[in-house]
Amino acid sequence: MKISVQGHLLYAYTGGKPFNPAQPTAVFIHGVLNDHSVWILQTRYFAHHGWNVLAVDLPGHCKSEGPPPQSAEEAADTVIALLDALKIDKAALIGHSFGSLIALEAAARDAVTHPGRVSHLVLVGTAYPMRVSPALLDLSVSAPFKAIDMVNSFSHSTLAPPPSALGPGTWLYGGSKALMRRVLASNPQSNVFYTGFKACDSYKGGEAAMPKVACPTLFVLGSADQMTPPKAAQSLIDLCGKPTVVKLPAGHSLMTEAPEGVLQSLKDFLKP
Amino acid sequence: MAGYSDPGFDTLALHAGAAPDPSTGARAVPIHLTTSFVFESTDQAAALFNLERPGHVYSRISNPTNAVLEQRVAALEGGIGAITTSSGQAALHLAIATLMGAGSHIVASSALYGGSHNLLHYTLSRFGISTTFVKPGDLDAWKAAIRPNTKLFFGETVGNPGMDVLDIEAISGIAHAAGVPLLVDSTLTSPWLIKPFDHGADLVYHSATKFLSGHGTVVGGVVVDGGSFDWDKSGKFAELSQAYEGFHNMVFSEESTVGAFLLRARREGLRDFGACMSPHTAWLILQGIETLPLRMARHMENTAKVVEFLAAHPMVSRVGHPLLESHPSHALAQKLLPRGAGSVFSFDIRGSRAQGQKFIEALKVFSHLANVGDCRSLVIHPASTTHFRMTDEALVASGIGPGTIRLSIGLEDPADLIDDLKKALKAAEKAGS
Repeated sequence: MKISVQGHLLYAYTGGKPFNPAQPTAVFIHGVLNDHSVWILQTRYFAHHGWNVLAVDLPGHCKSEGPPPQSAEEAADTVIALLDALKIDKAALIGHSFGSLIALEAAARDAVTHPGRVSHLVLVGTAYPMRVSPALLDLSVSAPFKAIDMVNSFSHSTLAPPPSALGPGTWLYGGSKALMRRVLASNPQSNVFYTGFKACDSYKGGEAAMPKVACPTLFVLGSADQMTPPKAAQSLIDLCGKPTVVKLPAGHSLMTEAPEGVLQSLKDFLKP
Repeated sequence: MAGYSDPGFDTLALHAGAAPDPSTGARAVPIHLTTSFVFESTDQAAALFNLERPGHVYSRISNPTNAVLEQRVAALEGGIGAITTSSGQAALHLAIATLMGAGSHIVASSALYGGSHNLLHYTLSRFGISTTFVKPGDLDAWKAAIRPNTKLFFGETVGNPGMDVLDIEAISGIAHAAGVPLLVDSTLTSPWLIKPFDHGADLVYHSATKFLSGHGTVVGGVVVDGGSFDWDKSGKFAELSQAYEGFHNMVFSEESTVGAFLLRARREGLRDFGACMSPHTAWLILQGIETLPLRMARHMENTAKVVEFLAAHPMVSRVGHPLLESHPSHALAQKLLPRGAGSVFSFDIRGSRAQGQKFIEALKVFSHLANVGDCRSLVIHPASTTHFRMTDEALVASGIGPGTIRLSIGLEDPADLIDDLKKALKAAEKAGS
């Protein structure tokens, strides 16, 4: 579905079910050079098990209009505006990688303006700070396809993934690479690779945001994650009031390398 | 950045898609000869059917052994995933039937395997899908053949048996400008010689019966999606970008930004047409792929020696291999196929149709049969077999002379192959005197 948010049409995948105001809502937020489709398995499940699912394409990405967010804070405001636009009074925020910083910042901001509205926070493949090397930032501009190959290699941990988003027979290295290229091409006006990485690298609000989050928080981390290794999430875990930590045998592409593990973690955690 | 995170072709040929079996520790891929897979619960069963959870339900749709083969071929081709089928022809049909229905149009190379030509020209036209055939090297003809209802461009990496090399980059450019994908049959080259996705192709399929299997033991096919074609942007593929009542009203291109084709091909095509591959066949093809890099290198070495021998032989009037500067695709082959243009090619011997037959009968190492891409060397004489009803004049019009011989060079000692050919050419020469 497309929703008018901050003057632009924002796309959100709803898992094959129409939005139902009577149900609890889960907002899924993707990372850099990704879109809603990285969450397909998990979102489709929740959409058919009593939840509204809003798996967004961030502004300026694929099916969503508007300028891409220059910071996690800016994207967090968009998420909050989405909740406002749909008059949602209870929502779980689930973010992966850059999306985890957006979810964290949105949960912290919303806790001040709408106490209790964010019922659950899930940070998948997260790190704080989420540093990106200057060399990779440069490469995302000068040779983005080369940078995509580099990120793709670091995001996977196995040559033999289980059946995944497209079902059995999916080659995740190829799928991730194709998606990153597609997302990059979806915005000829702005390099969403660079802006996304820059936003990760420059986010400084983690220490202030985490203590403001009043709801239960789940950390889903990949034990073989080279992009955001589990130890890089420790500073947030230490600042979190109600942390639950799950480590799965996967790399950074958790939702596709460990789709069942991520789903089970979410099912255990997201009790409406 | 070589290594486990960015493995090379030879490593992928052995490891892509396969890990030691978690329940037994078996290192080789197990053959999962089972029709069905027990559900953990009624909730899981429903979730599997509704694509909420990944996994196997029934071996017509997917099977763990086949899934390893699918991942491996996708990895070698640089694709996002693959679907194994009962034959290469089934893979071609699956690709076409997923993308179009009655009223659609295909532009195809005229240099196709005969079975593919039959499917497009005769069979699919009965179902309302028409095809315009164009010479693969005539770029203007590809462009001119486009109609409003054109939904696919199709060609072979290297035409059989004339070895016309497909200019994938140029032809995919024409296709994409018209919002149409390019499907490439890469059977005769295998991903070791060329990866069509790197040059602009959108879908690739193989008769895995040939080089992927490599041992002449099984019949199978596989279609691979490069994940690069934007079905939504094209606007021509309601099959993928509109809700499909036949599968939960799913909008495949919404469900997967890059994998809509594979979603529909598996969930509709394998389900409804049912041309699936046996897990035993998948396992044998996996065995073949493990040595694909070694075999292809040897195929190319042997082919180069045989081509050199034939080109210098007085009984040979023409050798149709792009290794030779005289071949019309020589320059393109140097660019697209630096490791070689394949080991299936034709040559003409001087003399009559009877001399051609004598040549075939005199061969002892080469096997006279209707296949290619075997580890054994193969030969066939089109004028006395596949085209025997045609007159000499009609054969020439088809690009086949009375003395045209098609070879598929295998892995034997090249000296033995050359000796076999030498003796057979001598026998053919004597038959003409």
